[in-house]
Amino acid sequence: MMHLPILPILLPLLAGILLLLLRPLGLQVQRMVGFVAAFALLMLAVWLFDASLAGQRQVYALGNWPAPFGITLVFDQLAALMLLVTAILAVGALWYAIVTEIDAQGSHFHVLFQMQLFGLNGAFLTGDAFNLFVFFEVLLLASYSLLLHGGGKQRTVAGLHYVVVNLVGSTVFLFALGALYGALGTLNIADMAAKVAALPAEREGLVMAAGLLLLLVFGLKAAMFPLYLWLPAAYARTSAPVAALFAIMTKVGVYAIIRVHGTVFGVDAGNLAYFYAPWLLGLGLITLVLAALGVLAAFRLRFQVAYLVLASVAMLLIAVGLHSEAGLAAALYYLVHSTLLAGGLFLLADVIVRGRGTYADRFDPGMRLPHHALLGGLFMLAAVAALGLPPLSGFFGKLWILQAALEHPWRWAVLATVLISSALLLIALARSGSVLFYKVKDRPDAADPVLPTQIPAFGLSLTAVLWLLAAVPLLVVLAHPVAEIMQQVAAQTLDVVGYRAAVFDPAVGGK
Amino acid sequence: MELLIALSIGVLVACGVYLVLRASTFPVVMGLTLLSYATNLFLFAMGRLAIGVPAIVRPDAAGYADPLPQALVLTAIVIAFGMTAFAIVLALKARGETGSDHVDGRTPHPNPSPSRGEGLRGSLAPPRPLRERGLGGEGESP
Repeated sequence: MMHLPILPILLPLLAGILLLLLRPLGLQVQRMVGFVAAFALLMLAVWLFDASLAGQRQVYALGNWPAPFGITLVFDQLAALMLLVTAILAVGALWYAIVTEIDAQGSHFHVLFQMQLFGLNGAFLTGDAFNLFVFFEVLLLASYSLLLHGGGKQRTVAGLHYVVVNLVGSTVFLFALGALYGALGTLNIADMAAKVAALPAEREGLVMAAGLLLLLVFGLKAAMFPLYLWLPAAYARTSAPVAALFAIMTKVGVYAIIRVHGTVFGVDAGNLAYFYAPWLLGLGLITLVLAALGVLAAFRLRFQVAYLVLASVAMLLIAVGLHSEAGLAAALYYLVHSTLLAGGLFLLADVIVRGRGTYADRFDPGMRLPHHALLGGLFMLAAVAALGLPPLSGFFGKLWILQAALEHPWRWAVLATVLISSALLLIALARSGSVLFYKVKDRPDAADPVLPTQIPAFGLSLTAVLWLLAAVPLLVVLAHPVAEIMQQVAAQTLDVVGYRAAVFDPAVGGK
Repeated sequence: MELLIALSIGVLVACGVYLVLRASTFPVVMGLTLLSYATNLFLFAMGRLAIGVPAIVRPDAAGYADPLPQALVLTAIVIAFGMTAFAIVLALKARGETGSDHVDGRTPHPNPSPSRGEGLRGSLAPPRPLRERGLGGEGESP
């Protein structure tokens, strides 16, 4: 079908507009339409992912303007994979928001949620750098409002920081795009790759500077050192379903690095080939150390989970920074695992918080939780997966990344940093698990108000947690086929020549 | 003209960065505005500076101005305008909720002089220990 690549962009956009018009009919109707739209997006994403495995890239010329004059959408396996992960995450987060009635805490939650998906899907599909900027702005504007959903003093301050930091980031993005346009005369990613391959030597410095500026912007979105300070407060202060959805937001930065830098400064870029990789690897290692220290030092469960997100992003930056096919395949496996796990952990943390009453998510011994065995078991499962201990998917992801790192000259630095930081994570999570689940008080203090004996909507909210955490055992059981798919995706992503050929001559399509 | 444009962009960026680094919300919003002006000028200049040449096809034209940066600038202006409006509303909301126009929602060093922080709740609270910041140690749950 010819118009297939634009459907994942149109579906949330139209659903969002429809939801805006349906507002007078009340929240129940909005919930139903929003969830049906998210579920339809999941079905579409599964279908598209299945279609992409045939190996053909599909190029969609908006307004039928041929590349590089018009904006092109490029649908390949990497885009299909990101769409699928986003849709799975979105269904879980939205279901949780509906069953816990968090969506009723402010207006327009469902509209903003669809707009967020619209921006995310657009960013994954576009083949034009300026269009990528526009979709970044769409997803950021939706994320600003979602972050503030529900209100509250702490949330507003965290939101203000997030907004200002990202507005400055947008400015730098435009400077980078302007410099690239000035030096290369195009903003189509495939055309930029062709121009960089034939770049005169005197322009190389300018293009490299612009490429590093662009890396700065994507690093800000991905929360790379030293640009990660906005992340912990923003993720820990916002409502749980929004934090769960935001698990994909940092990965958008990593995706943009893989897509834009991997294509424009790919194998045939002459002196500029993979010039950004040492930066990614070095900064990723520093981010990983700081994230592990953050996990260790966190006073609250939700801050700890936010730092775990940071640690997973650092692993991804390291794996992409290895700039090998095995490294990229391992990064994609780890991306799927860490995104769904982080989403599940944020939801699980919220269930625990609601069971602890006034103790909230502070690491103070509280009363025994309702359903403590089930919640404690799930927490241990998720913690084991996040640490990368066998037998869960985090272990395979980290093992694969370390295996890919053995080919790299910095292998000892990578091995040492990853293993030591994993040990720090182990200490921190073992401590928080024992404080939350083992050290319970026999009777409440006199100062304690009445503590909850039941968690409202426990069963239904647990289904959302399980929906996301199910990825952890599934990625182990299906490790072999999944790994083969990831290798195929990585090979297609690194095939820059095929990408260029597909964009400039849509009849070629595939390899 | 190249030097003039380059200097204007440089001055705008320098002022913008300085203002964004101020700790109260109003200068931050002004700084973001100046930064977006600088971006727009920069995008324009990247289409090469040309005077008196058309941007659309004309049979008798000697040369052309690049029309693409103008389209980019138009998009950038619209987005920056919307974002500035959002930042202002958010700054007002933060001022209303935290009682301070400091970007952290509180003034870090209580200042007894009446010119700064008079009557603002945030300025009267003692500064919290440094070790608790950013790790979830402070305050009640949001």
